[in-house]
Amino acid sequence: MSVQETSTDAQDDLVVQVRVNGESRRGFAEPRTLLSDFLRHELGLTGTHVGCEHGVCGACTVLIDGEPVRSCLMFAVQAGGKEIETVEGLAKGAEMHPIQQAFQENHALQCAFCTPGFLMTVSALLDTNPDPSEDEIREYLSGNVCRCTGYVGIVAAVQSAAKKLRDQGGTADER
Amino acid sequence: MKPAPFKYVVPDTVDEVLALQAEHEDEAKVLAGGQSLVALMNFRMAQPSVLIDLNGLTSLSGIENGGPVIEIKALTRQLEVERSATMTALPIVAEALRHVAHVAIRARGTFGGNIAHADPASELPALMLALEAEMVATGPDGERVIPAADFFKGYFTTSLEPTEILTSVRIPTKQPGAWAFMELARRHGDFALAGVATLLDVEDGRCRSARIALFGVADTPVRATEAEAFLVGKDPVGEVLEEAARITAEALNPSSDIHAPGAYRKKLSSVLVKRAVTAALNRGDMG
Ligand SMILES: Cc1cc2nc3c(=O)[nH]c(=O)nc-3n(C[C@H](O)[C@H](O)[C@H](O)COP(=O)(O)OP(=O)(O)OC[C@H]3O[C@@H](n4cnc5c(N)ncnc54)[C@H](O)[C@@H]3O)c2cc1C
Ligand code: FES
Ligand code: FES
Repeated sequence: MSVQETSTDAQDDLVVQVRVNGESRRGFAEPRTLLSDFLRHELGLTGTHVGCEHGVCGACTVLIDGEPVRSCLMFAVQAGGKEIETVEGLAKGAEMHPIQQAFQENHALQCAFCTPGFLMTVSALLDTNPDPSEDEIREYLSGNVCRCTGYVGIVAAVQSAAKKLRDQGGTADER
Repeated sequence: MKPAPFKYVVPDTVDEVLALQAEHEDEAKVLAGGQSLVALMNFRMAQPSVLIDLNGLTSLSGIENGGPVIEIKALTRQLEVERSATMTALPIVAEALRHVAHVAIRARGTFGGNIAHADPASELPALMLALEAEMVATGPDGERVIPAADFFKGYFTTSLEPTEILTSVRIPTKQPGAWAFMELARRHGDFALAGVATLLDVEDGRCRSARIALFGVADTPVRATEAEAFLVGKDPVGEVLEEAARITAEALNPSSDIHAPGAYRKKLSSVLVKRAVTAALNRGDMG
């Protein structure tokens, strides 16, 4: 029996070691610390947003071992040893990721509260399906809520991002 | 909100889980995908003082094709079941799973966790009834096999003992050939207002057997047994189908909530039965 590299007796603050956006990071977490709060408060990665904390809004979506998951419905200690991708990992320096560019060009955001969750979900979608139909896009994004833009611009952005990535001949991950 | 503090344990074996459950009884909860439990803990509607994380139990994950039955281990993620090549033998399962929440929830949520949670509006419990699956519970005295018909006892209540966990689900591979899965939800991925899983064995235009399971219309998933019996020996179209749909709704007394009044759900159940039986027949025709 174990609690990620720590004994079960030390229940106050556990050391959690993860890889985030390709970098090894470690921080402290109580068992009850949500992964979303760990990313934001302990690792300073505030790009991951927190809206509802019950899985409904999708703002906190990150990729864990390549799959989109709700960071508000996981404890940080459960992420030990996992490969996490957050919105901070998308841009290369000052150069935005093609998905980010497409969101900007297609007015797929206004306040941008929902955007990190959308970007990560779209990145997972385009990794598995480089040329999704509008229905497939809408179904895949059904778990992400945007209160500002409506979804027309977002769907257009995904189509445009898909095309950009296909033209570049890479996946959303390896540009 | 944030969860209340708890003691967190990650056992490596089922025996360790069972020992912890026996030791802590009501104080403890097992954590599978967390897609229901963590949300409840965030709102402090659940405050276990000991959280037993099942995610260390690799032996509880995977799908095995054992010929007459496919066994899905409890911790297998919903998305993995949906994508599994083995499950193409039972296409109604992937179809039902696509109605469960969203990709990011299914990536983490487990097949067994959904069934053990026993939300009456959930797709999988009704699907288990329709497929006449068996739930395998493991407790201090070993394994116990529970038919789906005896498993769901009420709102969020199953026949699992507090000392047991659900370890796998066994689904017979021999199923009636015509099937359909349908639901009505306000938005894709939301819990359904009502839904239906149906499997029909039709020969020469006559139903040899019919299975109709509904969810969202009672405190457990239910089989429309009267309507099923009525359809046997008949061609399930036109007035016969109308009558089967009427019989289905008549047997139900759904409660009202903020999403829909009970009378609406009752009406919806008859509409869904008609649509689903028709879709099943059409799919059967296509081979
Ligand atoms: C936004 C959102 C939308 C959703 N929409 C739907 C939907 O449309 N349809 C639907 O069906 N579900 C829906 N869900 C719920 C989702 O499918 C959950 O994954 C599922 O209900 C619970 O599975 P889990 O593995 O996450 O279990 P957990 O949340 O970890 O556990 C749920 C409960 O079951 C118990 N439990 C778990 N595994 C076992 C086991 N092996 N043995 C004994 N007890 C166990 C736990 O102790 C807990 O009480 C939704 C969830 C969210 C957040
Ligand atoms: S904050 Fe996680 S889904 Fe809303
Ligand atoms: S841009 Fe404001 S919520 Fe989506």
